[in-house]
Amino acid sequence: MTVSADQALDLYRVMATIRVFETTAGSLFAAGELPGFIHLSSGQEAVAAGVCSVLRRDDALTTTHRGHGHCIAKGGKVFGMLAELYGRAAGYGKGRSGSMHIADSSAGILGANAIVGGGLPMALGAAWSAQVRGEDRVAVAFFGDGAVAEGVFHETLNLAALWRLPLVLVCENNRVAEMTPSSVHLATTRVADFAGPYAIPGATVDGNDVLVVRDAAATAVARARAGEGPTLLECETHRIRGHFEGDPLRYRSAEETAAWAARDPLVLFRARLAELGVPSARVEAVDTEVAAEVRDAAAAAAAAAPAPVSSLLDDVRPGVS
Amino acid sequence: MARLKYWQAINQALREEMARDEAVCVLGEDVGAPGGPFGATKGLLDEFGAARVRDTPISEATIVGAALGASMTGLRPVVEVMFLDFMTVAMDQVVNQAAKVGYMSGGHYRAPMVVRTICASGRNTGPQHAQNLEAWLAHVPGLTVVWGSNPADARGLLKSAIRDDGPVVVIESLAEWSRRGEVADDPDALVPIGVAAVRRPGTDVTVVTWGGAVHRVDAAAAALADEVDVEVIDLRTISPWDRATVLESVRRTGRLVVVHDAVAAFGAGAEIAATVAEHCFGDLRAPVTRVAAPFAPSPFPPQLEAAYLPQPGTIADAIRASVLQGVR
Repeated sequence: MTVSADQALDLYRVMATIRVFETTAGSLFAAGELPGFIHLSSGQEAVAAGVCSVLRRDDALTTTHRGHGHCIAKGGKVFGMLAELYGRAAGYGKGRSGSMHIADSSAGILGANAIVGGGLPMALGAAWSAQVRGEDRVAVAFFGDGAVAEGVFHETLNLAALWRLPLVLVCENNRVAEMTPSSVHLATTRVADFAGPYAIPGATVDGNDVLVVRDAAATAVARARAGEGPTLLECETHRIRGHFEGDPLRYRSAEETAAWAARDPLVLFRARLAELGVPSARVEAVDTEVAAEVRDAAAAAAAAAPAPVSSLLDDVRPGVS
Repeated sequence: MARLKYWQAINQALREEMARDEAVCVLGEDVGAPGGPFGATKGLLDEFGAARVRDTPISEATIVGAALGASMTGLRPVVEVMFLDFMTVAMDQVVNQAAKVGYMSGGHYRAPMVVRTICASGRNTGPQHAQNLEAWLAHVPGLTVVWGSNPADARGLLKSAIRDDGPVVVIESLAEWSRRGEVADDPDALVPIGVAAVRRPGTDVTVVTWGGAVHRVDAAAAALADEVDVEVIDLRTISPWDRATVLESVRRTGRLVVVHDAVAAFGAGAEIAATVAEHCFGDLRAPVTRVAAPFAPSPFPPQLEAAYLPQPGTIADAIRASVLQGVR
């Protein structure tokens, strides 16, 4: 799949936005500005950007507790997300649910999810709904290698394959489930191997190369949109930060950190942009714009009104329309 | 008015709602070609086709989650979880996902989905097929839980559930499966959610009950007719329950007996008793009592299950005791 300079720069902008968002959120959390838990996806930006670059706005997406990047890449608004992290009424969930619960119906973001594997059946349902309604929407479920050990992963694969649903299952394999390495929690080293028993295509790709991810996702999405069924796409990547902010990362060696730093998806893609003939000034301009966008959004979120106590009961039970 | 069996009323509700709204789809184990494990979805596959009526694998969590995802993207799925006991397998999708999606998304999404599930209590099905787990579900904010005790209510509540914009768990009683009752002909005749039915008006004591216990309470009240004027309230919706009807009744009678087939400990009866204690303290003329199953799994042999579930005699004793014990 060819990529123009503008398309490449768009991909870079998404990845840079995610990185700055995550770095900003991490700093704010460390400074005690953000309550609760926060899980950052720094290092995995190429998966979010690559996959979402081939999706339409009306395609559906479910993601995980580590889902900021997917939401941004799918069209989620940085301000609404930061406001949610701050617990502000202007946040996506009216500031009541936090980092792990970003949803945006206007962007097809069915929701991040605090339950490992919890979004997989929902994405399956969105794909089923498209099939029943005769629409060419597809659904994408993002999940980590940890979710592969959940029963719903296998149930979802079985049913998606059985019903030939327009579903793309994207595993971000960062080789560690929370704090436990794959060797301890998975019977296989290649998650894509699980496509075999369900007779659907499976692929393992370099999840730190956004163009590789984009190509693989384009194939899977085209297949889904054409009514040919689901694909299991495994993207090998690396989580720079710990499982949660505050995780001392005792299970991570300095060698591993250094090796992956050289394969940082933003570093790799900046080099690629140069190869594609994108002037460095344009890249730097994107960096400047993204930094300003996130900084301004964070400032606005910080200044926004906290979720009021009067909102405790809002949206609990919708009733009959 | 037609006289239909309980299951036929459910079947009719599904058929009418599917005909009314093409977003209504049915999925679950054995719901398609087999017509449901006990016939509730009979004929739907032929009438509405395989796109809208889907047999599924035995994957309770995933089919409930699929119903949720579909409900967020334009459908109004009715997913069948064969037995109430099997809801435990789907609890993440029910409790963490469906119940909260409206709240967590700040109203961005709604989940107009129904989970139909059968309680086989009273049919000698044993510890993993006969649990009355309504309190588990009613304890979760965001879930609506209804339970019709007769054909008209089963039909009307299911229709209301399908038309509701949030997730509704519809519990059905296998013990009532063949019971016949009058059912409205009007396809828009609904039983509103959150509204109890006074099955028998009375002045001496209020008995609140629901589900399979309703008919045993009726029998007890009938047996006592010459000595005690019993008001029987069939709650119909477990959550949100009809506090107004119950509190008004207790203020009048001054006495409350709650009867349910679930175990007493931490059951829905405790919630009703506590609410009445808070709001009707000055009106009460006798202690609030509960008649419920003992704190043990549901036994399978008929003689043990009969002893396990509240029977008319035990219920009548509790009603009589409430009247005799109390302040006149």
